[in-house]
Amino acid sequence: MTGKGAEELAPAGATVAGGQVAGEILTGDVLAGAAREAPGEQDASRADSRTKNNRAWFLVLPVVVSVAFTAVIPLMTVVNFSVQDIFSPTDRIFVGLDWFRSVTRDPEIRAALLRTLLFSAQVLLLEIPLGVALAVSMPRRGAGVSVALVLVALPLLIPWNVVGTIWQIFARGDIGLGGWTINNVLGVNFNYTLDSTDAWITVLLMDVWHWTPLVALLAYAGLRSIPEPYFQAAQIDGASAWATFRHIQLPRLRGVLTIAILLRFMDSFMIYTEPFVVTGGGPGNATSFLSILLSKIAVGQFDLGPAGAFSLLYFLIVQIVSYVFFTVLTRTGR
Amino acid sequence: MTLILDGVGVRQRGEIWLDDINLEFPAGMTVLIGPLAAGKTTLMRVAAGLLPPTSGRVLVNGKDVTSISVRRRSVAFVYQQFINYPSLSVYENIASPLRLDPSFPRGEIDRRVREVAGLMGIGELLGRRPAELSGGQQQRTAIARALARPADVLLLDEPLANLDYKLREQLRADLKDRFADSPGVVLYSTADPAEALAFAAPAVVLGQGRVQHTGDVADMYDRPPTLAVAATLSDPPLNLLPGVVRDGRIECLGASFPAPGAQGSGRHVVLGVRPHQVTIERTGPGGLEFPAEIRLAEVTGSTTFLHLLLPGRRHLVAQLPGTQLFTPGEPATAYVDPAHVFVFDEAGGSLPAASAAEVDLHG
Repeated sequence: MTGKGAEELAPAGATVAGGQVAGEILTGDVLAGAAREAPGEQDASRADSRTKNNRAWFLVLPVVVSVAFTAVIPLMTVVNFSVQDIFSPTDRIFVGLDWFRSVTRDPEIRAALLRTLLFSAQVLLLEIPLGVALAVSMPRRGAGVSVALVLVALPLLIPWNVVGTIWQIFARGDIGLGGWTINNVLGVNFNYTLDSTDAWITVLLMDVWHWTPLVALLAYAGLRSIPEPYFQAAQIDGASAWATFRHIQLPRLRGVLTIAILLRFMDSFMIYTEPFVVTGGGPGNATSFLSILLSKIAVGQFDLGPAGAFSLLYFLIVQIVSYVFFTVLTRTGR
Repeated sequence: MTLILDGVGVRQRGEIWLDDINLEFPAGMTVLIGPLAAGKTTLMRVAAGLLPPTSGRVLVNGKDVTSISVRRRSVAFVYQQFINYPSLSVYENIASPLRLDPSFPRGEIDRRVREVAGLMGIGELLGRRPAELSGGQQQRTAIARALARPADVLLLDEPLANLDYKLREQLRADLKDRFADSPGVVLYSTADPAEALAFAAPAVVLGQGRVQHTGDVADMYDRPPTLAVAATLSDPPLNLLPGVVRDGRIECLGASFPAPGAQGSGRHVVLGVRPHQVTIERTGPGGLEFPAEIRLAEVTGSTTFLHLLLPGRRHLVAQLPGTQLFTPGEPATAYVDPAHVFVFDEAGGSLPAASAAEVDLHG
């Protein structure tokens, strides 16, 4: 048994320790040998459990295979496109990073990037405070809860292209209720098909209408998790509604707001369907965001090389900005 | 300073939470004791003004405050959960009720915050946030918050229930010193009889939304007036055994003991025995003896709880000192000194049955 203990220690990479153990056994120190025996056995049993744990990797295999098929291999195809100039399936040239260079220098893509960043910033600045305000004003108990939840969740249940269609009609000056009211009741000339500012406002309002409910629902869930005694304590102190919000509700919303900001950033930065339906990216380039430009290059012009490089850069920007948001939000105020 | 609850009742969704509560609390501390769902928290919320009573009035210093909002009352509340403002430092947490009270002199705030923080032993932690404190420190902060503003009525709703027992005993001792001669009304609720006994304050026993009894806790512990009071003040739970009065004696599961005070032959009674009064060794003559079978022995270290099965499939728990090992299934004999048996009639009222033995109790 003592010999086995020494053997087990030696392959563990601790040759010095192994030698010590062997030496002690050779000197005939029975007590020391017995004392060393226990760690040796522990090591042996640990090695056993490692072998068993390795089999668990087979359980992960289905996930690895499905992720490879649905994400990694398609992504690698895009990487493959981005470094080649493809004329036909049999005729292609390796071009290195040429497409990346041309994409980063393309003024149209640069303008679309700025436009998309501006759009995302405006979306976050409008939807986060509005969503929190909506959540705070929703009832905490009683029959009103379900009514409020259903009303708030309604826009989220509508398919994206239908949202686009609704707003395309709603904002029209001739037959749309919203557009007609602005033009004829408020007397402001509003036409999103001709005026870039009007088109931008229409798309932004549509996004706020569509996605503020998501922020509101997340924030509401966060608010509901605050125990009632906190509000009673604030009441006893005589704290104002603002102080209650600032010092009880807002600190408790940190987690859900981090998620809300991440979701809304990623989603608004990749917005495609709704502006495609409402404005098609126009008038001119006023609402042509990165995704609309990308689909134009990839599907419209079938320029797979530049589209591949563009996609990878797009993917990278979303990753980096999300990482920055996440790091900043989880570290501040800790 | 007095707080009076005058015929207070609370009904919610057809359920009675509090039923006709008539209590007068003097300045100083009063302990509210009762089991879970006895109405302790409801009573405190009514007293604070957080919950309007369905009926009755709340009077502070003889003035009816029933309809006055909690914001304009002079109350402080400490909860079982540690309630502090998570975004504020300990200092700001303690200062917040003072800053929000327009009548409190601005210049006094700093001195007052440091004073109560010192009293609660958290003077070193003023710069920290609640999340950076241990449970005991968080509760000390919450209590300091409640103490900062001199309130007419201070309500502590099981403040120590969520703490581990060492912290609980330490904080209990601190609170006892703090509230011994408080000028305001202090209501302290607990479900733990040991806690109620430790405070040695006047007590109100609540049960099922009603006042069961009022008086001195130690008195009620020694001579429980009703079965409900005896059960509330017994931890571990009171053993209950059936008995019958027969010719000046009470018979119980084949054993009997003299009860000169018990009237009416053939009358059924309920006997209550605290687990620590049950032994498995004969201690003296004249005790009740029950043949029993050992079912389970729970060893906690300082005590061993022995679960016994008596004739008629009655259960009896004995609390024995130290760590003792038993084999389930083996026979044993349980001994009970009649002096320590509480006798109740079937309605739960106390009978002066063992009156002869009462001398022993205090001897």
